[in-house]
Amino acid sequence: MNALLFRPRDLLLAGAIVLLAIAISTRYGAFVSLSNLLNVYNDTAILIMLAFAQTAVILTRCIDLSVAANLALTGMIVAQLNTIAPGVPILALIALALLIGAVLGAINGFLVWKIAIPPIVVTLGTLTIYRGLIFVIAGGEWVNAHQMSDAFKAFPRETLFGVPVLSWISLLLIVVMGLVLTRTALGRSFYAVGGNPAAAVYAGIDPGRVRFLAYTISGAISGLCGYLWVSRYAVAYVDIANGFELDVVAACVIGGVSIAGGIGTTAGAVLGALFLGVIKNALPVIDVSPFWQMAISGAAIILAVAFNARAERTKGRIILKRAETTA
Amino acid sequence: MSETAANPRRIPDRLSGRGMAALQSWESLLVVVAIAVFVANTLASPYFLDPYSLSDATYNFTERAMIGFAMALLIISGEIDLSVASIIALASTAMGAAAAAGFGIPVLVVVALVVGLVCGAFNGFLVTRLGLPSIVVTIGTLSLFRGIAFIVLGDQAYTSYPSGFSWFGMGYVFWVVTFELVLFVVFAVIYGIVLHKTNFGRQVTVIGNNPTAALFSGIRVARVKFILFLLTGVMSGIAAVCLTARLGSTRPSIALGWELEVVTMVVLGGVNILGGSGTIPGVVLGAMIMGMVTFGLGLLNVPGTVMSIFTGILLIAVIALPIVWRRVRTRMRT
Repeated sequence: MNALLFRPRDLLLAGAIVLLAIAISTRYGAFVSLSNLLNVYNDTAILIMLAFAQTAVILTRCIDLSVAANLALTGMIVAQLNTIAPGVPILALIALALLIGAVLGAINGFLVWKIAIPPIVVTLGTLTIYRGLIFVIAGGEWVNAHQMSDAFKAFPRETLFGVPVLSWISLLLIVVMGLVLTRTALGRSFYAVGGNPAAAVYAGIDPGRVRFLAYTISGAISGLCGYLWVSRYAVAYVDIANGFELDVVAACVIGGVSIAGGIGTTAGAVLGALFLGVIKNALPVIDVSPFWQMAISGAAIILAVAFNARAERTKGRIILKRAETTA
Repeated sequence: MSETAANPRRIPDRLSGRGMAALQSWESLLVVVAIAVFVANTLASPYFLDPYSLSDATYNFTERAMIGFAMALLIISGEIDLSVASIIALASTAMGAAAAAGFGIPVLVVVALVVGLVCGAFNGFLVTRLGLPSIVVTIGTLSLFRGIAFIVLGDQAYTSYPSGFSWFGMGYVFWVVTFELVLFVVFAVIYGIVLHKTNFGRQVTVIGNNPTAALFSGIRVARVKFILFLLTGVMSGIAAVCLTARLGSTRPSIALGWELEVVTMVVLGGVNILGGSGTIPGVVLGAMIMGMVTFGLGLLNVPGTVMSIFTGILLIAVIALPIVWRRVRTRMRT
């Protein structure tokens, strides 16, 4: 139940990222140049956004494995709309992406809240359903760069003070999310529901409703990332961001978000995502095959969760832990 | 409270008669569904009702179901293993490497089993010794095990397996009965006996219902769970032998996404995802229904990605329907 924006653990992780960057720069000096660091950040921006959105869900003792499928489905719908009606303004498309994403997230939230299906089952199910729907909508076809309007592709690449819009959006949302989690009743209720659902009920909080809202937020941000992903890479097809949900969960776990709920910060999730982003961007420049990345993410998840468990265990003995965590 | 409402199946009510309970059970519902799917398939495609075609259809579930049996026990005990498909990838890669080094068929099989055992032991160690949540651990090892396969193979593939190896995947024991089908039946019987007729099986169920009570009643909870992770690993290794033999090649993306299908199969078979209850006959029926449906849709030329919509809906529906149904029934009573 730590609500500080930065915990000592977050500073430790930040230190680890800096050390990692320094270690990489001994092999490839230009890695720590400002322009390259901005590039790394821009490359990681989508993972960062998805990670702090996932944090809200995990804080309430749930998990959202459908984020990548949501991203891909929303991205495909927006891309298709752009090819059919190139005149629709980008801001309207972004609003639409947020809306579609929010609806897809709300479906998860509804099933968790009203039908009381375990979150992992719900989101594993919707993961496959959303992926399948992309195939149905697109008929297995790709939407390629030449079919998208120039404005559609240009938006995330526009620069403001030398920094791309994509990075600015993620920075803005980090601040918003940080404020929501630490300074609003909704944010506090995420921690309350995850920390102790029974106590949250006595405090007048409806855990189901809070979880529903967490899923809706996670969905909306996934939808936004759907547009950003499709426009940035200028392609939409069934398998985009396939398996990305695991990177997102990995970023959260590395960032110190407890899978048992109630513990975690926006800053932690952002740092966890940056950690993975630095590794991902560093592998090619230090001549390591990109095929190593999957194993490294896996090892990082396991190490991080073992580290978290050790850090959390010192806080006191949890009685009847299993019975509580199954919610 | 939502904690208790989340429990989809309550403890069976012994007051109603045994015959009545059997009729109302999840398994009888599955039998009805299975028959309906079978009839629908027969009507939909003239190619369905052919012994060889039906024999081919069994490949849609035999390998997954073998893992499903072990997974059922694991889920009943309150844990889960999402790394099973990655264990297949790693075991298959190890077999490919052994085959490339010139080893014979017995060595290949042993290699797959050992890799499965080691992977299962690794999961089990992290969960039972370090006390980490199995869902996160196995998401991690899902990435790690397949990641190792990717490091070894990259965009390459192992394609040269000894002649005769394909028998594990495609061989017939007699008439249209395949080796895999025989293996499936044998494991179904073994796991059915283990879960329903042995102390170990009772311990698994007790642990799933209340791990603390299980511990206080003298059950070695950590050891039982560790054994279950080992079993799941070994079954994944066996599935890797069958699948590799059937495909005749190993790519790092082999069996991608199977963890989801295995879990769906087990849950469809009536195993409570929160642990504590479930039966092997249910899993057998769940496996056959999923296998027949996907095979039937395949005969109707429905693409695989669209089938996944069906798998996803099935997964959610089989859990949601009993909950909704019970709610409707209690509302009618009051």
